[in-house]
Amino acid sequence: MDKFETLTGIAAPMPLVNIDTDMIIPKQFLKTIKRSGLGANLFDEMRFDRQGNEIPDFVLNQDAYRSAEILVAGDNFGCGSSREHAPWAIKDFGIRCVISTSFADIFYNNCFKNGILPIALPQEAVDVLMKDAEKGANARMTIDLENQTVTTSDGESFSFEVDAFKKHCLLEGLDDIGLTMEKAASIDTFEAQASQARPWV
Amino acid sequence: MSPKTLYDKIWDAHVAHEADDGTCLLYIDRHLVHEVTSPQAFEGLRIAGRKVRAPEKTIAVPDHNVPTTAGREDPKNMTEDSAIQVAALDKNAKDFGIHYYPVSDVRQGIVHIVGPEQGWTLPGMTVVCGDSHTATHGAFGALAHGIGTSEVEHVLATQTLIQKKSKNMKVEITGKLRPGVTAKDITLSVIGETGTAGGTGYVIEYCGEAIRDLSMEGRMTVCNMAIEGGARAGLIAPDEKTFEYVKGRPHAPKGAQFEAALAWWKTLFSDDDAYWDKVITIKGEDIAPVVTWGTSPEDVLPITANVPSADDFEGGKVGAAQRSLDYMGLTPGTPLSDIEIDTVFIGSCTNGRIEDLRAAAEILKGKKIKVKRAMVVPGSGLVRAQAEEEGLADIFKEAGFEWRLAGCSMCLAMNPDQLAEDERCASTSNRNFEGRQGYKGRTHLVSPGMAAAAAITGKLTDVRELM
Repeated sequence: MDKFETLTGIAAPMPLVNIDTDMIIPKQFLKTIKRSGLGANLFDEMRFDRQGNEIPDFVLNQDAYRSAEILVAGDNFGCGSSREHAPWAIKDFGIRCVISTSFADIFYNNCFKNGILPIALPQEAVDVLMKDAEKGANARMTIDLENQTVTTSDGESFSFEVDAFKKHCLLEGLDDIGLTMEKAASIDTFEAQASQARPWV
Repeated sequence: MSPKTLYDKIWDAHVAHEADDGTCLLYIDRHLVHEVTSPQAFEGLRIAGRKVRAPEKTIAVPDHNVPTTAGREDPKNMTEDSAIQVAALDKNAKDFGIHYYPVSDVRQGIVHIVGPEQGWTLPGMTVVCGDSHTATHGAFGALAHGIGTSEVEHVLATQTLIQKKSKNMKVEITGKLRPGVTAKDITLSVIGETGTAGGTGYVIEYCGEAIRDLSMEGRMTVCNMAIEGGARAGLIAPDEKTFEYVKGRPHAPKGAQFEAALAWWKTLFSDDDAYWDKVITIKGEDIAPVVTWGTSPEDVLPITANVPSADDFEGGKVGAAQRSLDYMGLTPGTPLSDIEIDTVFIGSCTNGRIEDLRAAAEILKGKKIKVKRAMVVPGSGLVRAQAEEEGLADIFKEAGFEWRLAGCSMCLAMNPDQLAEDERCASTSNRNFEGRQGYKGRTHLVSPGMAAAAAITGKLTDVRELM
């Protein structure tokens, strides 16, 4: 997995609440057996018309935001399905960090498996960051995972919370399965005990 | 011993390893797999040279993108990309030695209907699947939730999931439901109350007289939509109805082992003085047959209400409500029961079980549909067979419904069952998101009885008027 340490980049504002995984990557793009290439269809139905032309109003179609690496979004980002295609598409587009007041649980976990940092902050902080994002390409936001801060283009800084284990994995780019395999003895022991206690499972 | 919730008890029974910071390896008893969220996980195993740790606890079934029309056993009758995903699941099931129900098997169906039907889902288990509606299995008092594809790969390889414990929320539905009010109305009404993010960070336990009164199938409908309220999982404590439902199913324990299991299952309830981080109480009698008007499951109102205005909301929801109204093509103030419907879809892991079909058929008996098209997609081949045996299929067909083969179908429209632009659908599924049932398709979520009522009248209709 790609490491995430610090990131300074353009932030795109998407103030809409409840941006769901069907919006992030519509189902017709789930028929792939690969993890790559989904960025072309990120936010497909908001971004393109039926003929495949860009919808000019959509934020990522505006020149200032075409190379955005951060999204600042409304509440409950990533709600809906468990499709990991959503973070795959976000990452493939080039976005490495999403900031909102809250995230849906499965989406939030999926981000960390793909080198994306989701940051949850109080409404007041997100409001400030949204305004900063609205300034466009000249305003760059900085994310520092080690110190757990987001800094606006004006230098205003907000601290965020992140689970210590998830942070460690993201900073080091660690593979979960490899880490868990190191605890195989614990799993073996548990499995043996559980099959005694609950042989019907 | 300190008092525990049901969630605490199941959690404690499955922690295989706990790190100092509270990060746990949670052992997984059942891993359900389908064709859309698993190919990359199996590919990951192959690349790393890993095996499936517990193939006997892993069950696969294609459901998301399979056609629901005859002849689908032949890949030529699928779109090429769907056929590739189904063929990949065929191969992965065979190569890794996991249980498998191909489309040619009468037991094939939506994974969350097949699991309980075949007795794979049992009380006190941990159940995961690369699908958010895994919450369904919580109806058995099993801790069940959706996971992403990386986690699918993690469970395949290690039979565990890296987890931190969620908080406990109690949702109590007191007293009796009024006639015409169903499990679907309960679960939508709860989301209307909490919002789609209200459950974030929690596992919900549904309890109270109205929940106890529900059948197992109704309880599955309630837990199915826990995810729509943002919760990691929904749970209902197992009781005699649960044990009766489970007994005798193909993969349920038998004889002495059933008795041993039963003894443990009977300990699976929340202690009286257990601590709840959040409690919500709703009176059963206050719940009406409901319908969604917008593009989020929280946009729910009684069928007797009017389409709201964006001004009725606050904060970020004002813009979202206006966007929903525009998308849905609705004018504030319009009675919901005046909204004309083009299409009716009955099916999905929310409402694709036999009791759902019975409830719809009860309303439809001897009537004809007024909508342009109506479709029933049974949740499994066995549900379909039973509905045919009970004569329900004939009622649907005589009314003008298409009688389809089992699958997820128009709930997420990955297969050819899709809405056209601006086509308005009364649907028994679980999500009314933009584009969910087809590009610019408009979805109103309802119970099976309400869907049947809409089919007959051609508009959203209070099912109580037809009872």
